[in-house]
Amino acid sequence: MTTFEAILLTIVTASTPLLIAALGELVTERSGVLNLGVEGMMAMGAACSFAAAVSFDSTLLGVLAGVLAGAMMAALFALVVLGFAANQVGSGLALTIFGLGLSGLVGAPFVGARRDPIPPIDIPGLSDIPYVGRLFFEQDLFVYVSFALTILIALYLTRTRSGLTLRSIGENHTSANALGLPVLRTRFLAILFGGACAGLAGAYLALVYTRFWSPGMTAGRGWIALALVVFAAWRPGWLLIGAYIFGAATVLQLHAQAAQFGVPSQMLSAVPYLATIIALLLLSLRHGRAIGAPGSLGAPFVPDR
Amino acid sequence: MKADVSSSGPPLVELKGISKRYGDLLANDGIDLSIEPGEIHALLGENGAGKSTLVKILYGVIEPSAGEIRWEGRPVTIGSPVEARALGLGMVFQHFSLFDEMTVAENIAVALSGEWSLATVRGRLSEISRTYGLALDPDRAVWTLSAGERQRIEIVRCLLQNPRLLILDEPTSVLTPQEAEHLFVTLDKLSADGCSILYISHKLEEVRRLCRRATILRTGRVVATIDPRASTAREIAALMVGNEVGDIRTDAPHAPQGEVLRVDHLDMPPVGLHGQALKDINLVARSGEVVGIAGVAGNGQSELFAALSGERLASRPDAIVIAGRACGTLGVHARRRLAAAFVPEERLGHAAAPTHRLSENTLISHAATEVSRSGFILVNAARRLARSIIKSFDVRTPEGDPQARKLSGGNLQKFVIGREIIRKPKLLIVDQPTWGVDAGAARLIRQALVDLARAGSAVVVVSQDLDELFEVADQMAVIHQGYLSPLKPIGAWTKEAVGLEMLGVAQAQGDAHAL
Repeated sequence: MTTFEAILLTIVTASTPLLIAALGELVTERSGVLNLGVEGMMAMGAACSFAAAVSFDSTLLGVLAGVLAGAMMAALFALVVLGFAANQVGSGLALTIFGLGLSGLVGAPFVGARRDPIPPIDIPGLSDIPYVGRLFFEQDLFVYVSFALTILIALYLTRTRSGLTLRSIGENHTSANALGLPVLRTRFLAILFGGACAGLAGAYLALVYTRFWSPGMTAGRGWIALALVVFAAWRPGWLLIGAYIFGAATVLQLHAQAAQFGVPSQMLSAVPYLATIIALLLLSLRHGRAIGAPGSLGAPFVPDR
Repeated sequence: MKADVSSSGPPLVELKGISKRYGDLLANDGIDLSIEPGEIHALLGENGAGKSTLVKILYGVIEPSAGEIRWEGRPVTIGSPVEARALGLGMVFQHFSLFDEMTVAENIAVALSGEWSLATVRGRLSEISRTYGLALDPDRAVWTLSAGERQRIEIVRCLLQNPRLLILDEPTSVLTPQEAEHLFVTLDKLSADGCSILYISHKLEEVRRLCRRATILRTGRVVATIDPRASTAREIAALMVGNEVGDIRTDAPHAPQGEVLRVDHLDMPPVGLHGQALKDINLVARSGEVVGIAGVAGNGQSELFAALSGERLASRPDAIVIAGRACGTLGVHARRRLAAAFVPEERLGHAAAPTHRLSENTLISHAATEVSRSGFILVNAARRLARSIIKSFDVRTPEGDPQARKLSGGNLQKFVIGREIIRKPKLLIVDQPTWGVDAGAARLIRQALVDLARAGSAVVVVSQDLDELFEVADQMAVIHQGYLSPLKPIGAWTKEAVGLEMLGVAQAQGDAHAL
């Protein structure tokens, strides 16, 4: 493996958790709910997946536990913001703080434990293509899942009836309710999906990226995922681009720091954020008309009966 | 199938003793109503009479506190709009239930039950468009469409479900007279095909044009069911309002004095995604007259108001001249100091701060003049001022100095207009002075505007209510897509001419002549 290939591979590993978590949040936000608890759900996903994987010595059970933990956290959030129509910003921030704390408790007995890497899935023939072969055709399952999710979510939102319903509810929940669309049920499912994705992203961090648990290991990735959704203008395709630009810039600035350019390391650390914002801004400018957030994003829905 | 109104079968739908209580307020009080197959039935009433509550109950959006609904003689409970549609009800909402960022086809598809694909939706859309003359492009995004086109989407959306009863809530409030007539032709056709229509309105002319039976609501109760063609407009209005409606009195004739406001070639770029640019606006208002600005919503009225009030600044000072002073680049307070006053369209949140008391709300426009001194609020002066506004403009308040949000729409509107008039401004600019206000308050407000003008001020009224403008204005112009037509004396305008200007047809013809 050349250094170049190694760098490309680390870019994929850095981008995948961002992409998965952001895709989940995108679906939640398209239904009109702003869940700022991604970081907390991700931390719980990481802690629970690592705990389960070590306890049962099963990566599969670990992943399932991570997804379930994210979804449970999301269900709690849904109860508060849908059931009691509470403020979504406040509830989301509380969820993050709660998730970071609880994950520390769950993960405490497993500090210091290690997991073996997951064997990559090799697609014979294609993986022998120079440079890009190993990059695209010899990855772990998570990477393939993240690509599949991007495509499926894009198709779901634009081509299916249920996706149209979800978008309508996010755009204008009062109109949607007047038309008889199931506002609360759709939002509940969208929030759960967002939580499951955040949990899956957390599982990836713990089982593939670091292969150990330490408190606060999500290191703000949940917040980056949230920002990516906004900069990608709530579009799955742009989200993929944004996640990879961010991942690439993160890895490259690390290498640049190692190479000791005459630039302060703090400046280099800021590069990924700047690069992602600029790239996605250019994308939306090129598109001509700026794209707004879903019309009902963040607004609590109280049916008028 | 011609309407069989005379047949002895049960009515299509029958409401018996429908009541709806919100806390202490009885929005509907024992309402009885029946609609025959193929009938166009009007539901008449002032704002707040309970019309919208009643149709929302019928359409399953809200639950009645008491009463029974019978469909073709069978008692039914309509628990949701989905159930209402399954029975054969369709509803065109007053404030459209559309999704601005989505296309016409998507907006229609989202409301359909059963199996469909976007291709079949497209096919049926063009079929219905042809039959009823409702032209629509399936791939346009809704936010690019006019109000008339948006309403067509709502109607097509209902017709695709083959409804037995179509409910229209104030359908013409956003339409030009020509678009309204187009709608009436469609409704006549539907009725002839056997579809019943419940037509909700407070406009008597339309009801007389369309309906043979009308149920009149007042304060949540049915006061009469009449044949609108057999009664005079004045009789019906009296039933709706409960007492005889007086006309606006104008003692002094229209005798304009000097110029108070001059707008000279004012251009302004649009704000935001759906904003409207102002293009080469010219306007003069003289002391002693009311100048009306007509137009369909969204044609630049709010932008014009913002430019005149100084909420947005023009690029040249001399684009706007108030009382002889070029003030295009001066802010709101500076213009107020020139004795100008402004009443925006939105009562709560723009003209008044909802959670502030009325006395505190006087500060919004009087801070520049009398109720504050070197940064401190003169609390007693503000209270005195609020009391005198409340007294002079008959503002009914639940307590001495309530929060603005505790007032009803009509009373708050009287307060915010009174707050400006009490300053005796040389120039008053008001946007939609009686929008969503009951008839009594509307009359008081219009009278106050006319009196102010006759006392020597210049008054500019921006309104979508043509009847209102014909009542109060001395001069009128029409705004269409950011262009303002030339001012003409009110007597020189006909409703048809105004309608053509609203559609931009007159402009196009003018351009054609110019070529």
